[in-house]
Amino acid sequence: MDLTLQVWRQASRTAEGKFVTYEAKDISPDASFLEMLDVVNERLTERGEQPIHFEHDCREGICGSCGMMINGIAHGPAGGTATCQLHMRHFKHGDEIRVEPWRARAFPIIKDLMVDRSPLDMIIQAGGFISVNTGSAVEANTLLIPKAVQDRSMDAAACIQCGACVAQCPNGAAQLFTSAKVAHLGLLPQGQPERYERVVRMVEIMEEHFGSCTMYGECEAVCPKEISIDFIARMNRDYIAAKFKNRKSEANG
Amino acid sequence: MALDSKIPPGPIEKKWEYAKAHYKLVNPANKRKYDVIVVGAGLAGAAAAASMAELGYNVQCFVYHDSPRRAHSIAAQGGINAAKNYQNDGDSIYRLFYDTVKGGDYRSREANVYRLAELSVDIIDQAVAQGVPFAREYGGVLDNRSFGGVQVSRTFYARGQTGQQLLLGAFQALERQIGLGRVTMFPRHEMLDVVLVDGQAKGIVTRNLVTGAITSYAADAVVLATGGYANVFYLSTNAKASNATAIWRAYRRGAYFANPCYTQIHPTCIPQSGDFQSKLTLMSESLRNDGRIWVPKKAGDARRPDQIPEDERDYYLERKYPSYGNLAPRDIASRGAKEVCDEGKGVGASGRGVYLDFADAIKRIGRKVIEERYGNLFEMYQDITAEDPYVVPMRIYPAPHYVMGGLWVDYNLMSTIPGLYVGGEANFSDHGANRLGASALMQGLADGYFVLPVTVGDYLAGQLGKKVSADRPEFKQTQAEVEQRISKLVSAKGTRSVDSFHRELGNILWELCGMARTAEGLKKAITDIRTLRDQYWRDVRILGTNEEPNQALERAGRVADFFDLGELMCIDALHREESAGGHFRVEYQDKGEAKRNDDEFLYVGAWEFTGDNSAPSLHKEPLVYEELKLATRSYK
Repeated sequence: MDLTLQVWRQASRTAEGKFVTYEAKDISPDASFLEMLDVVNERLTERGEQPIHFEHDCREGICGSCGMMINGIAHGPAGGTATCQLHMRHFKHGDEIRVEPWRARAFPIIKDLMVDRSPLDMIIQAGGFISVNTGSAVEANTLLIPKAVQDRSMDAAACIQCGACVAQCPNGAAQLFTSAKVAHLGLLPQGQPERYERVVRMVEIMEEHFGSCTMYGECEAVCPKEISIDFIARMNRDYIAAKFKNRKSEANG
Repeated sequence: MALDSKIPPGPIEKKWEYAKAHYKLVNPANKRKYDVIVVGAGLAGAAAAASMAELGYNVQCFVYHDSPRRAHSIAAQGGINAAKNYQNDGDSIYRLFYDTVKGGDYRSREANVYRLAELSVDIIDQAVAQGVPFAREYGGVLDNRSFGGVQVSRTFYARGQTGQQLLLGAFQALERQIGLGRVTMFPRHEMLDVVLVDGQAKGIVTRNLVTGAITSYAADAVVLATGGYANVFYLSTNAKASNATAIWRAYRRGAYFANPCYTQIHPTCIPQSGDFQSKLTLMSESLRNDGRIWVPKKAGDARRPDQIPEDERDYYLERKYPSYGNLAPRDIASRGAKEVCDEGKGVGASGRGVYLDFADAIKRIGRKVIEERYGNLFEMYQDITAEDPYVVPMRIYPAPHYVMGGLWVDYNLMSTIPGLYVGGEANFSDHGANRLGASALMQGLADGYFVLPVTVGDYLAGQLGKKVSADRPEFKQTQAEVEQRISKLVSAKGTRSVDSFHRELGNILWELCGMARTAEGLKKAITDIRTLRDQYWRDVRILGTNEEPNQALERAGRVADFFDLGELMCIDALHREESAGGHFRVEYQDKGEAKRNDDEFLYVGAWEFTGDNSAPSLHKEPLVYEELKLATRSYK
């Protein structure tokens, strides 16, 4: 199939960007969206033009590197998939496709479709972990966890930190990402000792970098791992509860 | 130099204990005086960086990704082995040790494998404590499944995303240490060389992938955990950026490269569908628990799979290996697929494919259970092929997936360069000539959490007061060489893209150094690679400059190293006149089964770099089997 692409080109963070039109001819419907861009890039290289820069790595939908706005939708029209697993059979011959980088104040552009998503790591640094040093673990089966709890925790843990939720949100909020980690750890018995400190620390760093959540729900709609917006409600509940709890006095009995 | 594997004395089950009791320790107050560089943050790198920071060392961790959580460990699907014997099916540390040595076709070092089996149980405890959501039974205990090459259920899993969840455990531990200021993280930095001072590894040179800045970093020890080199084949199941540059640069500085020809071709991948294809996608081996592999008995049978009656199907693994059936080890399952496709019985448009059929399993246990076990894998398959595997059998074909070869390390995971340690897939240590499924995650985490933190300490204890600074001439010299190499690539200004060369190199290796190798083919491959490499340095086209984000330039350096490594793979494969595990020399076989030659080749082949225009020299580490008896592998 033949397609017309309008791709955002921007040489650096401070350079001025613009849409450039490219023809993508003779594309196999079995190719992934990124493989289609590979073909365009090979032709650009042949013509002596710098290839379009975009992030990608595993191309199996799990590393979270790739992501772009495709006709205004993060990761494109298929739903429940990362850009690398979006295949061209979802488009038809003659389509015009507009390709842009993630749009969010927290994610400045590095080049073309590459953006800096490091504030997401900062949220994890603030508390997205269980504090257990190597060597101090107890025998794994001394901890019994109901299957339903484990499954729910796994649903949240499936997040790939691609940033689509932020990019699609009109407010540029990172609630879905943050709440998924809060729920993954907060649902498990291992995560209980730090449950309330964790949510406060993560939410505070999140608010430093990202916009506010007003429950548009667009994040859930584009999440490649279909993470549920219910986790945001759960995070808010934990956050409010944390404000009423004084963990120190609780420890003192 | 004679290779000293430093295997501790004593009976096999006491060796690790002995080693730990005799390692030198660093006083807790002194630990903060040491700097350790860790390159890579997959399972081995992230676990090592976090664990060493927890001990009190200053750690600097370098990755070329935007975040340490992107490392390709994240894509491992099926599971992680551990000798917990939760299923009461006769498992033990000894059995895991035995299975791994046998699976590796008796080409691994006994002492290392035993330690790996011992540590496997601690890994599960550690991961659960970190909140890794492994699958559980209704009673709340951990669940297991079976994997290839073994007859017990010892594989722990988190849906089809076990690698992701284990990596997130290590990543979160690492992020915690970053937040505490004990690890300095350098994302978007690619290591381009290792720096030696008085023969010891004292730092690295990196390129900042955003600005292009070339910078030196000094430390008291360097750990490489930079993964494997299956991308030498161009099409593989590895991530696009996975590369060999870090270990190859170390090889050129004096680290020996062991068994480069031991590469693993994984039997269950989605077949290639066109020339545009950029990578191959694995379908977890765990699918072989419930899926049955077959081809039509008649060559060229073009009927739809549901129209081929039962008695006209050849379930060739079940037929040839009745006791292991579809769970035969990877090398054997892959060769089986190649054999039937070579006979013209392959399925799909290209004829390079076999069926992996779930119809019987769905009948037996129901669609819902299959969904629960493999739902995300089925979805991925459907995304890629537009076929529904609940209805039509999957089509699969072998693809390069993992490498058993890597930098030579002793029992302490130190390379032949003092102070340079190597963990995870980047080293050669534990899998012999073939790795069993669900053992890579185990090895990466054993190295990272439990081995490197103590063995690196043993080396550091002797380094007090020997700190060097990155201002020394050795750093300036290495940095100048890195800069020269980059400018050579950028100024070639040729006509062909990096990828076009990489594909061509991959084709040579796949055809001549892939699932079946011959002396004649390997000699041809070596000549072809040399010709193509000359052309590459003259005719590669890299647009733009070093001083900006430049993905073509990044790939160009990696592909340049793949040329040299590909050549060494063929040299190694040519010299090893036997078949063992994933290394199948057509001349040495017993009716399609690998035929080892223990009299002449019972050793690790470790290659030393001797210069660009001279042949590498071979050093042999004899493999001594004290515990297990050498036997012909049989899965019949």
